[in-house]
Amino acid sequence: MLNSNYIALIPLLPIISFLIIGLAGRRYFPTFSGVLGTLSLLASFVLSVFTAYQYFFDAGKVNGVYQKITAMKFVWLQFAPNISIDMGILLDPISVMMIVIVTFISLMVHVYSMGYMKGEPRYAAYYAFLSLFTFSMLGLVLSTNIFQIYIFWELVGVSSFLLIGFYYEKPSAVAASKKAFIVTRFADLGFLIGILVLSYFAETLDFQTLIQRLTVQSSYLSSIISASFLGCSALTWGLLLVFAGGAGKSAMFPFHIWLPDAMEGPTPVSALIHAATMVVAGVYLVARLFPIFSNSCPEALDVVAYIGIFSSLLAAIIACTQTDIKRVLAYSTMSQIGFMMFALGVSGYGGEKGLGFMASMFHLFTHSIFKALLFLGAGAVIHYVHSNDMKDMGGLRKLMPITHITFLLACLAIAGIPPFAGFFSKEEILAACWNSNKIIFGAAVLTAGLTAFYMFRLYFNIFWNKEFKASNSNHIEHHGEAPGTMLLPLIILAALSVTAGFVPFSKLVTSDGAGLETEFHIGFAIGPVLLAVAAILFAWFMYCKESAVPQKIADALKGFYTAAYRKFYFDEIYLFITKKIIFNLIGRPAAWIDKNIFDGFMNLIATVTEDVSEGIRSFQSGKVQEYAIYFFAGTLGFVLLFIYLWT
Amino acid sequence: MNEIGLTHILVISTALFFIGVYGFLTRRNMITMLMAIELILNSVNINFVAFNKFLYFDKLDGQFFTIFIIAIAAAEAAVAIAIIINLYRNYKSIDVEDADLMKF
Amino acid sequence: MSASTVIFYILAAVILGGGLLAVTARKIFRAAVFLLFSLIGIAGLYFYLNYEFLGAVQIVVYVGGIVVLIIFSIFLTAESGSDMKKPALAKVIFSGLSAAFGCALTLWLIKGQTFLPTLDPAVAPSIKNIGLQMLSTTQHGYILPFEVVSILLLSAMIGCIVIAIKVKK
Repeated sequence: MLNSNYIALIPLLPIISFLIIGLAGRRYFPTFSGVLGTLSLLASFVLSVFTAYQYFFDAGKVNGVYQKITAMKFVWLQFAPNISIDMGILLDPISVMMIVIVTFISLMVHVYSMGYMKGEPRYAAYYAFLSLFTFSMLGLVLSTNIFQIYIFWELVGVSSFLLIGFYYEKPSAVAASKKAFIVTRFADLGFLIGILVLSYFAETLDFQTLIQRLTVQSSYLSSIISASFLGCSALTWGLLLVFAGGAGKSAMFPFHIWLPDAMEGPTPVSALIHAATMVVAGVYLVARLFPIFSNSCPEALDVVAYIGIFSSLLAAIIACTQTDIKRVLAYSTMSQIGFMMFALGVSGYGGEKGLGFMASMFHLFTHSIFKALLFLGAGAVIHYVHSNDMKDMGGLRKLMPITHITFLLACLAIAGIPPFAGFFSKEEILAACWNSNKIIFGAAVLTAGLTAFYMFRLYFNIFWNKEFKASNSNHIEHHGEAPGTMLLPLIILAALSVTAGFVPFSKLVTSDGAGLETEFHIGFAIGPVLLAVAAILFAWFMYCKESAVPQKIADALKGFYTAAYRKFYFDEIYLFITKKIIFNLIGRPAAWIDKNIFDGFMNLIATVTEDVSEGIRSFQSGKVQEYAIYFFAGTLGFVLLFIYLWT
Repeated sequence: MNEIGLTHILVISTALFFIGVYGFLTRRNMITMLMAIELILNSVNINFVAFNKFLYFDKLDGQFFTIFIIAIAAAEAAVAIAIIINLYRNYKSIDVEDADLMKF
Repeated sequence: MSASTVIFYILAAVILGGGLLAVTARKIFRAAVFLLFSLIGIAGLYFYLNYEFLGAVQIVVYVGGIVVLIIFSIFLTAESGSDMKKPALAKVIFSGLSAAFGCALTLWLIKGQTFLPTLDPAVAPSIKNIGLQMLSTTQHGYILPFEVVSILLLSAMIGCIVIAIKVKK
């Protein structure tokens, strides 16, 4: 049976290393803190793998169905006899899968950062933040309780904020961290309201009870459906608000604007937080509540699907035009998360219908591996070139052979070329869409083609195209391939990008816990693969050699190209709404009222008090005789008063 | 007005009291202020004695109060003069206007 | 006008005149001497009222004690020969007016008041009676205030020493 004690160590080890590094490491052993963080995470990773092994192959299965196991639980805050906030550990296929992914990617990033962040003055603080993030993310995925998930959700947001703003000397990094924090805060407000709505009607915060009460026909379910607001039932509102929170973290439209800016953080952080783990928290959240979405409120699930596909397509188009390689990867992340979202959106619950759920989780799994690889590879390139812009790159394949090969493998994986990891998960997603919604299927295929195109545009621009022109002549000699601590994670991740697709995922992670037989149709797969190959060839044609073709095409599509390059003006729209409309119509009048009326009132009181005290302070002159005069005059006054009263 | 009675003595004590008050308010030298206070105390003593003599001659309480007031006045004068000497040591002055540190 | 009345008016003149000069004299030593006259006049008033013991106490304590103490402190602190600073005129006017007003008010109150003497038989204010009652522990005894005043005098004595002692720098 699963022993809970060591499972609790999985999230506890990172928080312990956070405390040690954060409190003592920065002063006493700054260079050792990287090793310390990595070792604690290695232990955490080994425990996660052991847990996963035990869960999937030993203890988790009862009658062929994976159970939800509450490995640990204690009451933290008791609000009412039946509502309490608990802290605990919930094991089910998705959480077990997530802890393995999170600890694994985090471990890779820890190792990689030892090379990448070497010589950084705030090296220890960086590792402290990484440990804090890992702890929060593990706490998030292991939550038993919707409020626990919210707490860790915010912790994840804080650590993301800290890491985006890590280079706080740079104004752009500060702005980006604030933007990420504020945008996700708005989304989290929705999440919180959603939690309150759901828990108000279901009278519980616990996931299992919540799901059970809101899926099976019961008084709770009928009350939440019958309560309606603006034409939708309270259940729909609750789920949509929770999804809004998820959309904020997962950078779905319309909350996506923070993700590209978040690339201001150190590149390994982008790999860990803004590609592989934190941004899939929204997908994880929807998956966590999936039975409610699917069984009780398909309308909300449709919203998830359409927002997912729209974000996916939008991001793919924008990605084709960006020149900052990290921004391309950021939009690619957004696009792939969109894939996961709409795969959930088109899925049903249980059995064959649950293919989308399985595919979404599968894609989450494979995507985190190859996207982490892409980011780490990009990090190596940036480390080499000292620039984020692909115009400064080109012809790096001979100079960085290992980075080149691993990056190519990752690109093939994300493009969906068999037999790499992305192919399998993407095929499952497309199959699930084909079965339920042809419009989404069409858009998904188009997005998949665009994905292949922009990834290879990136690849050719970095490693082929023109010859690399070093800024000075001895740049190349003194700067060989990246150090071993950076290459090792790249190689491990590349190996996994090739092989991860062969994991029998459908047997392990499904919506209802029972294994799922997936058939593999050659005929169905052939179309998208051919499209991807065509897109790659097109990218090769355009970008393999330096040519004028891309510029011509950009000129031909002038308006659209500019719009996409400018990210469809979302930032400008948001700025317009906030700065022009909200600030001018609400903010300024409110500030005026505050400054002139409330402050004015307070200032008036203060001024009157001050003036009066100025006036009467001369009575306190320190001269005894003046006091005697006041005293004497006062006594005479009282005498007169008493005479007047008593005669 | 022919026979000396209570009222005569009360007039004296009242006049003496306000002479003391006037002195206390106008004098700047601390020792003379102390003298003014002695006058005030004495006018009170006269009042006690007079009431004892003319109204409550069956008791001795007025005299006792006078005796105690004299004792307390002696103590008060001694302490006041100690304070004045100490002040004089610090300020080289016994002008009450110079000792005005305790103010705003 | 009997001799007793004349004596009374002489005493009143000494008391008030001495007092008035004590608070207005320009030279501090003279002020002390006028105060001495005033206090002696008050002692005379006590004798006039047949309170010999009180008169004696007044002379012993005030004339022999306090005034001598005051004269000592005058010699210790100020130049006794020179004139004191004049008070501000506004202060003199204000103080004089308020004192005069207070005096008039009080006199007016005294004038409107009828005093009724007690009907009980008089007690002789002899030293024996005073001494017996002073140390009596019965209902009208003054033993407790007597002890309290002795403690007060002791503490005042210690306090004077503590305050006036020279601190070694």
